[in-house]
Amino acid sequence: MSQATQPLDVHKLREDFPILSQKVHGKPFVFLDSGASAQKPKQVIEAMRFVMEAQYANVHRGLHYMSEKASDAYEAVRDKVAELINAGSRDEIVFTRNATESVNLVAYTWGRSALKPGDAVAVSEMEHHANLVPWQMLRDAHGTALRIVKITESGELDWDSLEEVFADGKVKLLSLTHMSNVLGTYTPVERLAKFAHERGAKLMLDGAQAIVHRAVDVRAIDADFYVFSGHKLYGPTGIGVLYAKAEILEQMPPFMGGGDMIASVGYQNSTWAKPPHRFEAGTPAIIETIGLGAAIDYVRAVGFDAIAEHERHLTEHALGVLSQIEGLRILGSAQDRGGVISFVMKDAHAHDIATLLDRQGIAVRAGHHCAEPLMGRLGVTSTARASFGLYTLPEEIDALATGLERVRKIFA
Amino acid sequence: MNEALYDSIVLDRARHPRHAGRPAAFDAMGAGENRMCGDQVSIFRVGSTYRHEAVGCAILAASAELMCDAATGKNAGEIAILAKSFEQLVKTGQASPELGDLNALAGIAQYPSRLRCATLPWSALKASLAGDPGAGDRDHD
Ligand SMILES: Cc1ncc(COP(=O)(O)O)c(C=O)c1O
Repeated sequence: MSQATQPLDVHKLREDFPILSQKVHGKPFVFLDSGASAQKPKQVIEAMRFVMEAQYANVHRGLHYMSEKASDAYEAVRDKVAELINAGSRDEIVFTRNATESVNLVAYTWGRSALKPGDAVAVSEMEHHANLVPWQMLRDAHGTALRIVKITESGELDWDSLEEVFADGKVKLLSLTHMSNVLGTYTPVERLAKFAHERGAKLMLDGAQAIVHRAVDVRAIDADFYVFSGHKLYGPTGIGVLYAKAEILEQMPPFMGGGDMIASVGYQNSTWAKPPHRFEAGTPAIIETIGLGAAIDYVRAVGFDAIAEHERHLTEHALGVLSQIEGLRILGSAQDRGGVISFVMKDAHAHDIATLLDRQGIAVRAGHHCAEPLMGRLGVTSTARASFGLYTLPEEIDALATGLERVRKIFA
Repeated sequence: MNEALYDSIVLDRARHPRHAGRPAAFDAMGAGENRMCGDQVSIFRVGSTYRHEAVGCAILAASAELMCDAATGKNAGEIAILAKSFEQLVKTGQASPELGDLNALAGIAQYPSRLRCATLPWSALKASLAGDPGAGDRDHD
């Protein structure tokens, strides 16, 4: 962290997010559900408008001015993503629809070609369904095993369990969340990469949450695969990213077949384009990709050091005020955690909490957060979750605490 | 805070249920589940009375309670009519006299995402009447 980090002028930044000035049920809109999807700054909205108004045609196809403009703008985003995560090359960046599609792409192509029946994939107990179900599907289709690494009571990876899961040498892929969308836990990714590599396994990281809150350096981590979605990073929906090391992508067969992913096509046979285009069949999400580029420009201009520092303060503040509320229990107490806080209350069900808060204009998420098995592991059926973004104010957390006090009194 | 939905009857019945708990013996049962929030409910018929086992939010619990009150002593045909009126109530928010205390749940109409919390006990009840315990609402959204 640079020492010269200026605190964020959050009030000023909020002016960039038109939706935040709305009222909900007559109350100021307190948006504490950025972990599900973040709000969009004007810069992103404008960039997408601009493409449609001034720069739009299909990409990689037309030998005309507009197509070249659109192709340049689209391909420039690949460079922005590569810089954002410090990839070794722009060709290591594959555009997908979202993190979910990125995981499925890896499971389908790398999983079926690099893994043999009997090899194992290991995930943890705190994965989003997106990093669990594709491996179940691979197991059923291809005969690989699926192993689950336990977490501790604090919501951190259990290293004994990790050792155990790797003991027989069958695990060839460790696929883990970089930051839990339920517990807020950051996983120690550098150490995990070393651990996996020493045992002949690859490491895939689900960065859907992590990418938003801190600078990510896939080369420093030495991750083999890294996936995330644009919409949580203040960008639009419909655009996601798969990073994979060049030598791995090179060996992977295509995911879907069609236009753009081929080198040459005959009636009976075709040859594949080089990565990344091999994995991008059909007309891509041109407008959304350009929107993601604007989102990356935006967060980098704000600065990850400042964002991380701001969110560290918010999280500390939130943990402090929430722990004052009688009967409220926060799930997970990892040492290294980010701005996602799940909780339950003694007499109020998560859905009742969410509904009552909503009436005060406060948006939190309630449910199983696409982590049903984790709910079972934690001994709850659902939780309420508050999650923060770069635009979140400490006052909004105070509003949450006041709202929760009311909920407590209603159910007391 | 507009807490109309959490009207005193709803809260009272959620917290102090009169028909809760699985009976030792019963004539029929039906169950429903909402995977999205983990809500589960089972309805048991004992003669012409009903009991429930509800695991979930206050709306689910109160709805199960008030439904058991309302269904007591009624036959399948009468219950079907009541179920229809209840469905109207939670969709439109319009109270109607034959629903009695069930009218306390009218406020749910303002919360479309919570509709199923209120209707889940009813689908479990219907399943118990149909003699198919697993036929209740089991949406896996
Ligand atoms: C940790 C984690 N992984 C994966 C996903 C899936 O993201 P998407 O639905 O954008 O594919 C999410 C989003 O909810 C998430 O929080």
